[in-house]
Amino acid sequence: MSTETSTGTDTGSGTTPAVATAAAATVPVTRSAAARSGSVAKLWGPPLVVFAVIVAAWIALAAILDASPPHVLLPSPLRIVVDSFSTETLDGQPNQPITGELLNAIALTMQVALSGLAISIVVGIVWAILMSQARWVERSLFPYAVILQCVPILALVPLIGNTIDYGIEARILVCVLISLFPMVSNTLFGLQSVERSQRELFKLQKASRWTVLTKLQLPNALPAIFAGMRISAGLAIVGAIVGDFFFRRGQPGLGILISNYQSRLQTPELFAAVIVAALLGVLIFLIFGWISKLAVGRWYEPAS
Amino acid sequence: MTTTTATSRTAPVTTDTLLDFRNVAMQFPNGTVALSGIDLTVKRGEFVTVVGPSGCGKSTLLRIASGLENASEGTAALGTKRIGYVFQDATLLPWRTVQANVELLAELNKQPRKSRAAKAKEAIELVGLSGFEDNLPKQLSGGMRMRTSLARSLTLDPELFLFDEPFGALDEITRERLGDELLRIFTEQRFAGLFITHSVAEAVYLSTRVVVMSGRPGHIVDEFEVPFDYPRDPDIRFTPEFAALSGKVSHALREGHS
Ligand SMILES: Nc1ncnc2c1ncn2[C@@H]1O[C@H](COP(=O)(O)OP(=O)(O)OP(=O)(O)O)[C@@H](O)[C@H]1O
Ligand SMILES: [Mg+2]
Repeated sequence: MSTETSTGTDTGSGTTPAVATAAAATVPVTRSAAARSGSVAKLWGPPLVVFAVIVAAWIALAAILDASPPHVLLPSPLRIVVDSFSTETLDGQPNQPITGELLNAIALTMQVALSGLAISIVVGIVWAILMSQARWVERSLFPYAVILQCVPILALVPLIGNTIDYGIEARILVCVLISLFPMVSNTLFGLQSVERSQRELFKLQKASRWTVLTKLQLPNALPAIFAGMRISAGLAIVGAIVGDFFFRRGQPGLGILISNYQSRLQTPELFAAVIVAALLGVLIFLIFGWISKLAVGRWYEPAS
Repeated sequence: MTTTTATSRTAPVTTDTLLDFRNVAMQFPNGTVALSGIDLTVKRGEFVTVVGPSGCGKSTLLRIASGLENASEGTAALGTKRIGYVFQDATLLPWRTVQANVELLAELNKQPRKSRAAKAKEAIELVGLSGFEDNLPKQLSGGMRMRTSLARSLTLDPELFLFDEPFGALDEITRERLGDELLRIFTEQRFAGLFITHSVAEAVYLSTRVVVMSGRPGHIVDEFEVPFDYPRDPDIRFTPEFAALSGKVSHALREGHS
């Protein structure tokens, strides 16, 4: 038999060699891939330009606002780097570099954030699966997810510290409380957004609940789950920093460092710590975007 | 045989009667009466098409036939458990390749991996999609998706095939071509078909019998036997007999509508 030639489907540029017979028009077209490879500059160019502008403005502002010691207002990028990581400040004073304590703090913060995130992912997915199984379960459990989202977690932080001490567990708990909701709501949305006809396809074969969950609902929910992970990951970093910023006890994570530098008026170091914290957030966001692409990018087409 | 209603069980239908509706009515819980007094049988070797205006209950009819819905009155008896159901959209799972999508129903029926792979391969060949086994649904045209959906149903060797406007979303050319493919498969396999469509020409061209419905509540206003033999020449669509029959069906549709 023959293949259709005009099916009204977007067939793209047709640069791919034909796979079978005269089917060139409907062969998987790699237009997006071609566009991707040709546009690295297009993709990274504009944000890099903006970055350069910001740094330039920063240098200019620092030169005006912060020309003389004690450099507590707005240190220039160069001063931030030198005063934080070198044994001599930009002004030639002997200096204690913060490299070691910063690395330790990053390690601790990441440990807390990733533990919290892992717990949120597992708990969130299980919670959502439970709710997807019966209306009454959803009605019983969803309000608590919403409460979690509505309660200002920051207000709970001192309470948590008081109750279960200021150790790593308390910080992880803060992380979980902050990052759980997106996992619950996204997973639930993904599980419930299965098309009716797909559900009926399974129903006609008398598929069990378990089969429907594993072969239909969960795969269908994957894109939403990964989107949730991306949001939760960022929140987990926030949680880890905020947690120890408030606790101000125990081993110093980034939050404690920030708080210390602030109270000691070590502005360049403060900036360095804050920038590192921001980079961690961005990094984890990118990593989860990348994981998501690996996992579902193959088949998932976001509606655009 | 299985009855799909709770109201009563009819005597077993003969093995050649694959679908038997007796005085079927459907009222939804919200009060909408979608069907009333439907008497309809489909025998082996028959390809029955149902035409009717939108909202007259055609999908509901199929849903009752398949057991997705229970009739609120009357009996709907099936002469087989092997039912194929082709939805209006292709209903493919986007994360599965063509091959894996076609294997799905056999997989849900717990058939061994080897046999279902072979079965799927065969069905894919039958609908003319060989070479596209590893493509994902997003890499297929609308027509190819519908072929995949058709192949998926074929893996169950259905004795009764239910089609709910399967070509409704396709353009004219693809639609006609798929119709021809379907006829070829029907000529080879001789399942019983119940096919819903909006198109009078499609109905007359494909079927052994055309059932005309009107709303509401949906009921059957007329039936027409189609005298043409299988395999059918696509050109019969341009014969006077075909035109005359199409005219009668159209007329019945309009009558029922007003
Ligand atoms: N679950 C339901 N609850 C209440 N009313 C329903 C339900 N399903 C369908 N209906 C109503 O029953 C009637 C028939 O619906 P059905 O989908 O069978 O029509 P149809 O003939 O298939 O229409 P179309 O050609 O547009 O697909 C419509 O008025 C519809 O609104
Ligand atoms: Mg319908």
